[in-house]
Amino acid sequence: MILSDQLKRVRLTMIFALILLLAIFVISVATGYVSLSPAQLGRTILGNGTSKENLILFGFRLPRIMITILAGIGLAVSGAILQSITRNPLSDPGILGINAGAGLMIVVYVNFFTIESTNFLYVLPLFAFIGGLLTSAVIYMMAFKKGEGVEPTRLVLIGVGMAAAINGAILILSTRLEREQYDFFANWMAGRIWGDDWTFVLALLPWICLLLPVVFAKSHVLNVLNLHEHVTVGLGVNVERERRILIFIAVALSSASVSVSGGIAFIGLMAPHIARLLVGPRHQGFLPIAAMIGAILLLGADTIGRVLLDPSGIPAGIVVTIIGAPYFMYLMAKK
Amino acid sequence: MMMMRNSQLKESKADSRPAIGTSILALGFILLMGSIVLAISVGAANIDFLTVWRSIFNYDSTREADQIIVSLRLPRELGAAVVGAAFAVSGAIMQGITRNPLADPGLLGLNAGASLALACVFAFHSSPSYLSLMFVSFIGAGIGAVMVFGLGSLRRGGMSPIRITLAGAAVSALLSALGEGMAIYYKLSQDLAFWIAGGVSGTNWLQLKLISPVIGVGILIAIMLSKELTILSFGEELAKGLGQRTLLTKGILMTVVLILAGTAVSLVGSIAFVGLMVPHVVRFLVGTDYRWIIPCSAICGSVLMVLADTAARMVNAPYETPMGAIVSMVGVPFFLYLARKGGRKVA
Repeated sequence: MILSDQLKRVRLTMIFALILLLAIFVISVATGYVSLSPAQLGRTILGNGTSKENLILFGFRLPRIMITILAGIGLAVSGAILQSITRNPLSDPGILGINAGAGLMIVVYVNFFTIESTNFLYVLPLFAFIGGLLTSAVIYMMAFKKGEGVEPTRLVLIGVGMAAAINGAILILSTRLEREQYDFFANWMAGRIWGDDWTFVLALLPWICLLLPVVFAKSHVLNVLNLHEHVTVGLGVNVERERRILIFIAVALSSASVSVSGGIAFIGLMAPHIARLLVGPRHQGFLPIAAMIGAILLLGADTIGRVLLDPSGIPAGIVVTIIGAPYFMYLMAKK
Repeated sequence: MMMMRNSQLKESKADSRPAIGTSILALGFILLMGSIVLAISVGAANIDFLTVWRSIFNYDSTREADQIIVSLRLPRELGAAVVGAAFAVSGAIMQGITRNPLADPGLLGLNAGASLALACVFAFHSSPSYLSLMFVSFIGAGIGAVMVFGLGSLRRGGMSPIRITLAGAAVSALLSALGEGMAIYYKLSQDLAFWIAGGVSGTNWLQLKLISPVIGVGILIAIMLSKELTILSFGEELAKGLGQRTLLTKGILMTVVLILAGTAVSLVGSIAFVGLMVPHVVRFLVGTDYRWIIPCSAICGSVLMVLADTAARMVNAPYETPMGAIVSMVGVPFFLYLARKGGRKVA
């Protein structure tokens, strides 16, 4: 009974979220340096646009929007996984320093290889992933104490510290960069969605498409892991193994997203919370909704940033932080 | 809870080691002189120690080396020393008041608040006077502090160190994102970027003349109140029981913290971890008596900052590396150690 009730709610929320995403999508497509009227937009989508309209829509805006949506999904699901397995509502790949680790590998890469090479785009997510993985391994080990396991607040605290350290290292490395590379990197750090080419979409898409189904398939495991540890063991789940697999996936999702979207925090924090408020904590319903909300938030932030200041815009990462940090504070005050 | 009480009892007798304290002060002073001379002599143009000595005490404006030293390098290194002392003392005071081993003006949002305030000034005023910058960054630091402590104490049960640290992280993220947004919106990023990352490269004598007395007075007040601070650090009830007016003491000390941190940030930008590390090391050496911790922190902070600035110029010569980055690379392992050690007791 309860189950079918939740299912109904999930479906309704999903439809509503889709409509909202579509609305933001239309606004985002239409606004920018050159705004397109709805008529122009419709014409271009149907294939009857002028070459200029075609270029703006298919060459610049659509790929960027696709990247934003994919990155939003990746970050939100990653945050949802981290929150469930650490049982800590304040977990987020940005706050935990995983994104900083990914950024460190990216700056290392930019330092030693040129950004023009064609393989660059496909290698970047991989490098980011290695960085994120190493960082999360270090954080996990530092937070682990024999007999106590991983205490959630300590985990967050150590993550905050790690993020500060890595940002210091990033700053040192980035001052060694050439002017052009530095500009690229500074924008990356601020969380400016910089990919505006279909190749970026292709670089990110496989990660999201391969990993999301795995996460959804593990919904029941996540449900159980979210309970108390001894309950979980009692239910016959190999806690440590499942937890490690899921951390691995969470890191992969956020690193790949971050590698094309730039350093964006707080999406992974907010989206799961809002989703949980809307449809409750069962992962079968809550994960897809969290993914949708992540996409809505990031696309919304990117659009706001672009509308506020033409043509360069305020990086989405900054907009997200200005919205997300007060939310974090609210959660702290409430909990 | 029981553990807390035990450790409180254990701590409630000040562990004072005057002999070590005096030797740290003396040694620190010699080290400071040495590191300033070292810092002045290395750089784009290497100048040997003797010349440095001669030009400081026997200045001759016709010699080129003398000019480099007196107009560029000396104010810079003195600035680093003054600022280092300010950060270290404000960290020590904060740790004493909040009894939080992780307190540091950089981590608790003070520096971010000051940075945001400065970004606002730069946005609306093309060439602000240095005095107004100092004042504004003091206000900004105050806003940051109020937000963090307000947020930390909102919930019943009060301010645990971890809550304060998390609140600091969130407030810092928010304030620096706002600052960054302002910088981009008003196209200030070129002016602000390096400054926010932290450095003493532009320090001149005028700035030094303005900040030194302010910081000096701040540290002096801190030293005068250090006995009260020692009592306060044992716990508020104890301090009240001993007849201290805790609210007044806390208020004065917190104002001192804001003045010190705000002034320091207005000169070098946001630098974290100096205020965290130095008092800890000092406390380890001289014990829990703030009459020794504060002066020793001041001098050790100076040495640390001068060395950090030297490193910042050497690491990637001839380019300068942001000093804040160097300090946080050293400071973070320290933070992690404290977080791991303190995690259970303070949670």
